[in-house]
Amino acid sequence: MSKTLSEEGFTERWTRGVVYRGSSNYLGKKLIRLLEDLRGLSALLVITLAVSLRKLHTARAVIHPMIRRQLTRAGLDLLPMMGFLAFALGLVVIGQTTLILNRYGAQNYLGIVMVTVVVRELGPMLAALLVLARVGTANVVELGTARALGEVEALEALGIDPIHYLVVPRVIGMALAIFALTVYLIVFALLSGYLFAFLEGVPLLPGDYFRQLANTLIWQDFVLLALKTLAFGILISVVTCYQGLAQRLRIEEVSRATTSAVGKCVIGMVLLDAIFIIIYMLI
Amino acid sequence: MDTTNSNIPAIAATDVDVASTWSQRVRLRGVNWTVQRGEYWVVGGPHGAGKTDLLMTVAGLNRPAAGSVRIFGREIVNAAEKEFLEQRARIGFVFKGGGRMFTDLTVAENVALAICYHRNCSLEDASAEVASILEMTGLSSRASETAQTLGSDWLPRVGLARALALKPEVLFLDEPGAGLAARHREWWLNFLAQLSAGAPQAGGRKMTLIAATNDFALWSGRGQLYGLIKDKQWQVVGEAAEFPQIE
Repeated sequence: MSKTLSEEGFTERWTRGVVYRGSSNYLGKKLIRLLEDLRGLSALLVITLAVSLRKLHTARAVIHPMIRRQLTRAGLDLLPMMGFLAFALGLVVIGQTTLILNRYGAQNYLGIVMVTVVVRELGPMLAALLVLARVGTANVVELGTARALGEVEALEALGIDPIHYLVVPRVIGMALAIFALTVYLIVFALLSGYLFAFLEGVPLLPGDYFRQLANTLIWQDFVLLALKTLAFGILISVVTCYQGLAQRLRIEEVSRATTSAVGKCVIGMVLLDAIFIIIYMLI
Repeated sequence: MDTTNSNIPAIAATDVDVASTWSQRVRLRGVNWTVQRGEYWVVGGPHGAGKTDLLMTVAGLNRPAAGSVRIFGREIVNAAEKEFLEQRARIGFVFKGGGRMFTDLTVAENVALAICYHRNCSLEDASAEVASILEMTGLSSRASETAQTLGSDWLPRVGLARALALKPEVLFLDEPGAGLAARHREWWLNFLAQLSAGAPQAGGRKMTLIAATNDFALWSGRGQLYGLIKDKQWQVVGEAAEFPQIE
């Protein structure tokens, strides 16, 4: 009598190719889904950039207040939380680093460590993660719900381009907000870090501390910081808008789309970060 | 082509296969339908027959799976954006249920949105026009309410007021009056009759109306022409219809 599938052992199933086929089917489906998502995201990015440029002067009375609203939501409203995180970052990372460097008499390397850790890495990443958690997820829920309730078709019925009305303000607002938040975060973190070191009695004068930072920073740091934060903002806004708008979701699917968007954004940010690390290594 | 020529039909659908908005599955095949300017059509069919998909397709909101849809003589689906927007502004669409009111905007902002977007003006600049539309649709006292506070009998009127904002020549209505209290349903039927006759407050021009319903009896004597979706087929019933009761 032949065995049922549940009675069959792993080795037997492997030999028969069931496991292999099952795994390859699973991986294949995942790969196809990934490629489809990449194609969709690229298409949305290109369309959004094209619409932003082509409709630069269209309906400014409607679109500009919406950009300001996004800037407020993703920037100004997050300043208190960002201040708290910057303070914590300063105390936990910078303060302790200063203490350790001082212990080994390596205070002269403080500037390099600060610029590398805070300015190039943690600052932009932390600001982007904060915006993703507080605004990016809300984006998916809002747009997914609007799509599920048919509001996108209602916009089209009024001759309003949904990309221009729903996506462009979010992309511009979030990109600028992450840039601005990162600048504040870096400044607050560096100040609170020095405060911690000062309170711990590290023999480092403020003038020396900031001189080290100024000597380590190069003009490319400012350019790359701007590019990186803008890239993070565009990535988060495009991915969250895509997850909310690409398919007409049912209300119960909105939460799944939100968690999927967070996963994609984090992976995308790490990949973008890796690209910027390579650029930093080349300059 | 001069699309303002009154001899050109408002809507002309030729051999159109209508696809579902959700699944892209073909719901109706071979729809041939011409709507002349100023006509008042009532489209009947049971729940799930494809009325919404048909209306959205002939209104240019859904791409037909096959065939041609001309709005004021122009293929709208593949039209250039400028022409598409010009033709789109001549058509209004009132969605069924809550009218798909934008939930983050007030009633007045919902109505002003299309005006402000297309004319690049502020809410204040459009306020007189918005007030006139709200008065016409009986929404003046509810201008600052949102979807959360507005009663369900009033929500579809916001969809109507919003559709009228751009002064359309053709108005599609998906099951207007359905599920409303008798008083509101009567208001809808009377208001549409006024629009069809050329209401002074709507500019005095006879508006072309296409309303979908699952209850023909309610519309007895209201429309001028009747169409029916039965057994996945589109049929033009004509003028002197014996109103079939739709199961």
